Amino acid sequence: MSSKSQDVEALVGQKYRHGFITDIESDSLPPGLDEDVVAAISKKKHEPQVLLDGRLKAFRHWQTMQEPSWAHVHYKPIDYQDISYYSAPKSPANAPKSLDEVDPKLLETYEKLGIPLHERARLAGVAVDAVFDSVSVATTFKDKLSKAGVIFCSFSDAVRDHPRLVERYLGSVVPTTDNFFAALNSAVFSDGSFVYVPPGVRCPMELSTYFRINAAKTGQFERTLIIADEGASVSYLEGCTAPMRDENQLHAAVVELVALDRAQIKYSTVQNWYPGDENGLGGIYNFVTKRGECRGRDSKISWTQVETGSAITWKYPSCILKGENSIGEFYSVAVANNYQQADTGTKMIHIGRNTRSTIVSKGISAGHADNTYRGLVKILPSAAGARNFTQCDSLLMGNKCSANTFPYMEVKNPTATVEHEASTSKIGEDQLFYCLQRGISAEDAVNMIVSGFCKVVFKELPMEFAVEAQNLLSVSLEGAVG
Amino acid sequence: MAIERTILLEINELTVRVAGKEILKGVNLKVNAGEVHAIMGPNGSGKSTLAQVLAGREDYEVTSGSVSFEGRDLLALPAEERARAGLFLGFQYPVEIPGVNNVYLLKAALNAKRKAAGEPEVDAYEFLGLIKQKMKFMHMSESFLTRGVNEGFSGGEKKRNEVLQMLVLEPKLAILDETDSGLDIDALKVVSMGVNSLRDPKRAVVLVTHYQRLLDHVVPDQVHVLTGGRIVKSGDKSLAQELERRGYDWVLESRVA
Repeated sequence: MSSKSQDVEALVGQKYRHGFITDIESDSLPPGLDEDVVAAISKKKHEPQVLLDGRLKAFRHWQTMQEPSWAHVHYKPIDYQDISYYSAPKSPANAPKSLDEVDPKLLETYEKLGIPLHERARLAGVAVDAVFDSVSVATTFKDKLSKAGVIFCSFSDAVRDHPRLVERYLGSVVPTTDNFFAALNSAVFSDGSFVYVPPGVRCPMELSTYFRINAAKTGQFERTLIIADEGASVSYLEGCTAPMRDENQLHAAVVELVALDRAQIKYSTVQNWYPGDENGLGGIYNFVTKRGECRGRDSKISWTQVETGSAITWKYPSCILKGENSIGEFYSVAVANNYQQADTGTKMIHIGRNTRSTIVSKGISAGHADNTYRGLVKILPSAAGARNFTQCDSLLMGNKCSANTFPYMEVKNPTATVEHEASTSKIGEDQLFYCLQRGISAEDAVNMIVSGFCKVVFKELPMEFAVEAQNLLSVSLEGAVG
Repeated sequence: MAIERTILLEINELTVRVAGKEILKGVNLKVNAGEVHAIMGPNGSGKSTLAQVLAGREDYEVTSGSVSFEGRDLLALPAEERARAGLFLGFQYPVEIPGVNNVYLLKAALNAKRKAAGEPEVDAYEFLGLIKQKMKFMHMSESFLTRGVNEGFSGGEKKRNEVLQMLVLEPKLAILDETDSGLDIDALKVVSMGVNSLRDPKRAVVLVTHYQRLLDHVVPDQVHVLTGGRIVKSGDKSLAQELERRGYDWVLESRVA
């Protein structure tokens, strides 16, 4: 092997900057999962009976299910009895009423992660819900948002304060029995974010949730539900990090989006869970079900994701295009380095007439990583005039990694148009040498080449986060040369 | 009257292996500031290997010999430092870098060089003025400003872009590897004009080429024939004409004789 490709490998040697542990006392359930645990979680949340019934139904169904094995990922069997399904930082009284009552250690944690929750230092124009292990610890800008009629709160608060909305929409996009991990989540989910934007309202600021796993031996099972009522629009972003630990930890979330007539939801993810060390030890298993339904006509749901973390990623943010003329979009950058495995993509289900979807997937593999795009474009007989455009590009760095593309298409209406383009390229020693010959350092050159490759996706991120995503990518590619 | 010339590049008994095979078998070459040299030779003679080795391509293993550039040991420098020191390679096959703006790369290149020389970096506005002027000179349309590096460029556009980069970076030594191949006559004239505009008593140009026709426009001070990994014959511009007329076999035969 040439020394140049070793340089490339050294360059992508990732330093994980969010790997610290917050030393905080927590209130955790012991490891194990049975109906008592499910009931205990529901009780901690003071849930009504109907939600508990839903959890138990999901749990009973989950027990009959098999863990899926079709994904192009490999891992040791997960012992579901060895995971704690609830862990929350202990607070002196009940839930803190304001930020001043939030444990300073938690505020400090988010500060260190670059997510200041404190009044003075808040991210301008961005409201944040901070979820720490199993619970939401703070939500900023609640008052300002409520003036516009927008509800943005933790899922627990939503259950308490807006039970009718929760009951109406929860599980309406991802049924509890949908798949193994969604069923597990439906049984044990602990917290997450809830958004409701009333008719005709354009949400006045970006909303974001920042997920942090801290406690060891726990899983994080959050639930996000976003509803944009008729003519409403909202842009939402989630970020994720976790400490460096040698054991794998499970993150199995469910996200449901509902867009009614003429509503628009833009959902962006910057996922940087701990990916494991350079030998593949530790890291988060990110097994997530994300689905949006364009329920109304002329509605639009757009997923943008930048996935740099997790030992294993298994997620397919999807759109059900039910409403006439509705639009689904999926823009993705997935980076897999060292021994990371990513099996990610999307599903676009065209049901309504003249529905349109766009898929742009950029996969970057380095080290020994395995990066798979898996996508389904399904055009039902009712979807006359439907259109899809798919573009999947893979970039390989070094020669020990791999990239796979599995595009599935089912077209049942002859008036539909489906286009697919795919490419695989190697980060060229030629490209690198070209830049070096122009006097540009190897590190800058790799950053430049990778950013160029991802440009069309970064363009889709909200401006506040495009820079963050670019920086994250640079950090992942930061290396020893120079 | 003899003019005092400073030696810019001096290659001594350079041998180079690529993938275990000896390609250069003892190359000697001296290039003075102010000169234009042409290196000609049949396919597979080692011309491109020589160009790439001088630019610092790492897959090419130097097994013996030395190269000095302005008195410094060139082979001890990594590729990017050779570039910043003023060595430019015009690539035979300029690579595409999708999504990376052509101007952005060139500005980064110029600033890397200026930074290394302790000069202030140029800002975007200043740079735009500079590049627009050079593009006009090279008869390039402004659409080049927004396109990705060589992305979807025709063969001729790629070569023109190489010369544009050279004009912006103003190297002390420009090595142009078959920059003339694949050009129509109009493009050849523009490229030649670009190269000629760089001629200066402090700079030198090494043209690697198959054909004499470039040398009608950029007249070399010296012509060398590289074949079998060695420079077997050197002469003035008339040598190129003779090669055009008689082919390379003649050089080999006359050498054996």
